[in-house]
Amino acid sequence: MPWVEVFGMGILDNIISQNGYQVVLRNFGYFLGGAGYTIFITALSLAIGMFLGLFAGLGKLSANKIIYMLSTAYIDFFRGTPLFVQIFLLYFGILPVIYDNDPVSSAIIVLGLNSGAYIGEIVRAGIQAVDNGQMEAARSLGMNNRQAMTYVILPQAFKIVIPPMINEFIALLKDSSLVSAITVPELMHRGDLVFANTYEATWVFGAIAVIYFVITKTISVIGDNVERRLATD
Amino acid sequence: MIQVVDVYKSFGQLQVLKGVNFQVAPREVVCVIGPSGSGKSTLLRCINQLEKTNSGQVYIDGEELTHPKTDINKIRQQVGMVFQLFNLFPHKTVLENITMAPVRIKGVGRADADKIAMELLGKVGLTDKAYVFPGKLSGGQKQRVAIARALAMQPKVMLFDEPTSALDPEMVGEVLAVMKNLALEGMTMVVVTHEMGFAREVGDRVVFMDEGIIVEEGLPQEIFDNPQNPRTQTFLSKVL
Repeated sequence: MPWVEVFGMGILDNIISQNGYQVVLRNFGYFLGGAGYTIFITALSLAIGMFLGLFAGLGKLSANKIIYMLSTAYIDFFRGTPLFVQIFLLYFGILPVIYDNDPVSSAIIVLGLNSGAYIGEIVRAGIQAVDNGQMEAARSLGMNNRQAMTYVILPQAFKIVIPPMINEFIALLKDSSLVSAITVPELMHRGDLVFANTYEATWVFGAIAVIYFVITKTISVIGDNVERRLATD
Repeated sequence: MIQVVDVYKSFGQLQVLKGVNFQVAPREVVCVIGPSGSGKSTLLRCINQLEKTNSGQVYIDGEELTHPKTDINKIRQQVGMVFQLFNLFPHKTVLENITMAPVRIKGVGRADADKIAMELLGKVGLTDKAYVFPGKLSGGQKQRVAIARALAMQPKVMLFDEPTSALDPEMVGEVLAVMKNLALEGMTMVVVTHEMGFAREVGDRVVFMDEGIIVEEGLPQEIFDNPQNPRTQTFLSKVL
């Protein structure tokens, strides 16, 4: 990502201590580059999470016992253990066995797996929130289960899950700061580096917090708009 | 047309149908009445197998629905159902509600489906509502759309599960009028209802159910004016 690297030089200027305001100003481009990584990693993880979550959610509603148990085990593990532990377990433990893993792709995989578990529960709850009469009406017209799901249940569930999905999107973006621990050059990691060179904790992490907030606020505003546009009554 | 043979159905410990035998001839309008909890809705839902029967057989047009090899979806396309709570698809317009099943299941072209849907909307008096969402309709209008939606599949049989029970009193008439027209056109209908006036006027036959069995059945005049069974007498004395 060359557009991220353009800003990479700022950190060298921080060896000499200076006041916090200038530290932030000097490194702002560097932070924005980190925010680029944060958004990039979150977006890809979310795509993976939505894909996994759809299947995990449907799996938890499946009459097939094996599919149900696989979905439940997946959700239980990734929801029931700390994300921080999962990051270390996969980055240092499991992924190196599978491929020559780097921090960024490992982060995307772990965050994707983790959010998939939460999204699975969101999908399950969304489907169950659609009135049972909808399924009956669809079936009484002669639709099979899959047609009823595709044309009647899922479109309605989609609308129901938008608010919790926005929630999950925001939580994932914030949780992505944890992958700074495996040296992914994202926003929090860059804040940490600048802090280590300047000890301007309040200014540096304050700026980092503001950048995170601007991103999450943007997401929630977009979410509100989508919700309003899909309203039918 | 419809044959229900010795059907039993229970929900957990609760036995709802205890050996029901029931026939409907082509073009016949049968009204099923009885106290709540008597099993009349369950019987109706067993006819199109929305409720799986525990034992006994259900036949429509000679095909056994209760046979495990039967393609239930194929048969349901020929059996329209109207629900107490309408169950319109809220994310689709009125027109799309009606065209969805013909387009998606039968592969009818969209233009043809739209044309049929508009004709059906004309029949239920709602042409002007084609492009609104169900949330904007009154209860009576919703139920008329639901009837049009079921008719769009050109069913041989229509099942009505207390179609007017959830309506404000002033809207009951418009729905019953649509149903009456349908009966006059010769549609085979099974109507679970508390509208005794409708059962008497439009029904060819009235079936009285209580505690999971058919207690008495006959012509509307026989049932309403001269009920034989004491349970029928008690029920009718309360509702008439």
